[in-house]
Amino acid sequence: MLKTPIYLDNNATTPMDPRVLEAMLPYFTEKFGNAASRNHPFGWAAEEGVDYAREQVAKLIGATEKEIIFTSGATESDNLAIKGVYEMYKEKGNHIITLTTEHKAVLDACKHLEKLGANITYLDVESDGLVDLNKLEAAMTDQTILVAIMYANNEIGVIQPVKEISAIAHKHGALFFTDAVQAVGKIKVNVIEDGIDLLALSGHKMYGPKGVGALYVRRKNPRVKVTSQMDGGGHERGMRSGTLNVPGIVGLGKACELCFNEMEEEAIRLSALRDKLEKSLTELEESYVNGNPAHRLPHTANISFKYVEGEGLMMAMKDMAVSSGSACTSASLEPSYVLKSLGLSDDLAHSSIRFGLGRFTTEEEIDFTIESTKKAVNHLRDLSPLWEMFKEGIDLDSIEWAAH
Amino acid sequence: MAYSDKVIDHYSNPRNVGTLDKSKKSVGTGLVGAPECGDVMRLQIEVDENNIITDAKFKTFGCGSAIASSSLATEWLKGKSIDDALTIDNMDIVEELALPPVKIHCSVLAEDAIKSAINDYRVKNGMPAIELEKSHH
Repeated sequence: MLKTPIYLDNNATTPMDPRVLEAMLPYFTEKFGNAASRNHPFGWAAEEGVDYAREQVAKLIGATEKEIIFTSGATESDNLAIKGVYEMYKEKGNHIITLTTEHKAVLDACKHLEKLGANITYLDVESDGLVDLNKLEAAMTDQTILVAIMYANNEIGVIQPVKEISAIAHKHGALFFTDAVQAVGKIKVNVIEDGIDLLALSGHKMYGPKGVGALYVRRKNPRVKVTSQMDGGGHERGMRSGTLNVPGIVGLGKACELCFNEMEEEAIRLSALRDKLEKSLTELEESYVNGNPAHRLPHTANISFKYVEGEGLMMAMKDMAVSSGSACTSASLEPSYVLKSLGLSDDLAHSSIRFGLGRFTTEEEIDFTIESTKKAVNHLRDLSPLWEMFKEGIDLDSIEWAAH
Repeated sequence: MAYSDKVIDHYSNPRNVGTLDKSKKSVGTGLVGAPECGDVMRLQIEVDENNIITDAKFKTFGCGSAIASSSLATEWLKGKSIDDALTIDNMDIVEELALPPVKIHCSVLAEDAIKSAINDYRVKNGMPAIELEKSHH
């Protein structure tokens, strides 16, 4: 029997794989030591767990263990990378380039640096969500020290051309940082092949625990350094002080190992399910897939159902946990800034639903989702004055709306 | 955010969904909100010769609270005179549906829709439009 509600919000967070939990459990109780305790077996056992996890994480992204800095999650990794690079290299230049579609952790870290004298360029993306490499190249100056562009977008799943981006950054003597939270463990990410200097990843987006993540910091060609953002015991090669979250780190390591072994097959299965979902739902009139269809994560679909408001739609999709680009709950009534960056009109942004499939999504669940979503969209269109006007051939742009 | 039972009821079983013939002199139509703001309400009333509202219909593009607010408004309008209908206050809707603060704008929009429909009817039938308060949102 199908169990509801169905979880289709795997871009927000993923359930933890039971195999990860199993790996973590001993580190809460019998192996509880402080990994920094060098003088007794309790500390050694914890350190051993951390060292092994460091290898597992490094292997997944093609790095070496010494290049992995454990953090509390991707927000911390983003902050450490951006603020840490700025502090370390600001004598060299004060210019950073990023995208308007980045995660808030990146955008707000950049805004923080602006107040400290940094010059930040927020590049717009094209209508498919991808950065225009010519615009990136044109934005580079001799003051540019960092290009911060995400690997894959959290709302629409588009994958940026990271190899080309890193080549441009390096050509101009800048470092390349990528927030790869949505990509690592889902698609192949290799810091060497991709030319990545710093990379943020998070445990809970890849079936690991919450509250743990990592920052990859390149050690060779070039050797990259970041100024620590927390003062203390000098853990993690002085870049991130604080007693290590050993169970979390062990869980993150295990999650990375599982992804390394299984993501290729998983991607094939999930993209087939995603395509089925998308194909069926776009059979509905006036529904559109957002983001470049070719350069996308295998498990993410973002669809706008025109003339239906996203939050109202989610209410009708009560058996499914999805998310919407609509922000009717926020006081500002502003829809998703990511969708707006694609040049989507506000009404289409308000009408969007993100479906995030995951390791535990079944075909039965997708079939149910297709049927329920279609029903919900039709129900709301029956209630929608905009749909009626559209059907009567009235151009909605010709109406003078009482803006509020 | 959890919705109240009354919002869910109106949302799942909306009352008086539909369209009245807006070309009729006895029908007043109010269309308020804007697609880019995420809600548009169309509320229509049919009024008899004694200025009593005999029928009311709505269609709404918006969240569950917006749909529930307009559905409730149509229920309240039926049987009222157009003067009594003007006394419906958005806070009555907030109270009845137990709307949280972030959804108060939905009730404001419903009140605007009621007034706008009544004014449309009044102007059509040679009465002066009622001065409306400046929109709150």
